[in-house]
Amino acid sequence: MKQFKVLGSGCSKCAKTAEMIERIARELGVQAEVVKETDIETIMGYGVMSTPAVVLNEQLVHAGSMPNRDIIEGWLRQ
Amino acid sequence: MFEIFTRLADWLVFGQLGLSAETRLGDALHFFVEDTTKIFALLVVMIYFIALVRASLNVDRIRAYLAGKHRAFGYFLGSFFGAITPFCSCSSIPVFLGFTSAGIPVGISMAFLLTSPLINEVAVLLLLSLLGWKFTLIYIAVGMAVGILGGMLLDLLKAEKMLQPFAMKAYETKPNANLGLIPVKPLSLRARHDFALAELQDIIQRVWKWVFIGVGLGAGLHGFVPDGWMQANLGHGQWWSVPGAVLLGIPLYSNATGVIPIMESLITKGLPIGTTLAFCMSTVAASFPEFILLKQVMRWRLLVILFLILLVSFTLVGWIFNLIYI
Repeated sequence: MKQFKVLGSGCSKCAKTAEMIERIARELGVQAEVVKETDIETIMGYGVMSTPAVVLNEQLVHAGSMPNRDIIEGWLRQ
Repeated sequence: MFEIFTRLADWLVFGQLGLSAETRLGDALHFFVEDTTKIFALLVVMIYFIALVRASLNVDRIRAYLAGKHRAFGYFLGSFFGAITPFCSCSSIPVFLGFTSAGIPVGISMAFLLTSPLINEVAVLLLLSLLGWKFTLIYIAVGMAVGILGGMLLDLLKAEKMLQPFAMKAYETKPNANLGLIPVKPLSLRARHDFALAELQDIIQRVWKWVFIGVGLGAGLHGFVPDGWMQANLGHGQWWSVPGAVLLGIPLYSNATGVIPIMESLITKGLPIGTTLAFCMSTVAASFPEFILLKQVMRWRLLVILFLILLVSFTLVGWIFNLIYI
């Protein structure tokens, strides 16, 4: 089970990022849980300054843009 | 080089639509067509090329660079980086906290955040093409001075004591001070191109409506406000007109892209240059949505101080320039 957190203060790109991860996980048949984290204090805790950012199993893997399909598939296939 | 846009507007408005340059509508429409085409052409070309160059610069690098720099130099650098990085107010809070939690003084972070909306490559280009290099230099110098001096003043007032408790704690304990950079591979040309395209799309999506609104208002002013009106009513540098303009600009919100065509119109209509600068800077730098965002990390006292700093500094800018240019 892969646990994703999408960090961001509720911008539209953050919502889209979360949707994309969920959709691609379904397509690939990978079990994934996606949570949107909007609390600014928690976001700071990951040391992130540009959102959307993605945390996979508590590891920061991406920050500052919407990840593209290849990147997301890469995480899901890990 | 920009004549082509004047000719395009001549052809479209006076030729195809058959309007006369003497009529108000013709005059306003000409301004609108010339400025929107010019601005969009500039935006597309310049954002792309600047993004190509800037692809490897990100806030993490700037933070690493600012952390541990001597204070005096830090304000200048903070303001300088604010000027060269693009800015979206939605990221101001994560950036502020990111800087603070690395132990960067609040004043330096604020020098970055104050300068960022005022100066960016798009604003500089528009100023150059619409108002000339002299005005552009003045604008850059003033924008950076506001950021630098505002930042220094905030530190003198011990702004870090007026943050929200969690942010204050983050400043003291510096949990992110030793956070390394996420390792970035050297970017290939292909990756830079992709970045630049994404950036172009992003910025255009964000600013296109401001361009239309700004140029629309500018065109309205240009065509329909009689030439002598502003000169007669606001042109003599009455002392109250400057703080009045700043106060008027605060609830109005626009970004630099939208406000510059309005500046062009105001200045050609005879509004004193200081009053114009004061109005436009307050429109761009201070806004209620921005203050509501900052409330997440700052207590009321600090917000009020910040508000007063902006009000006073834009007013001073206005007065000084009205004195120099009258």
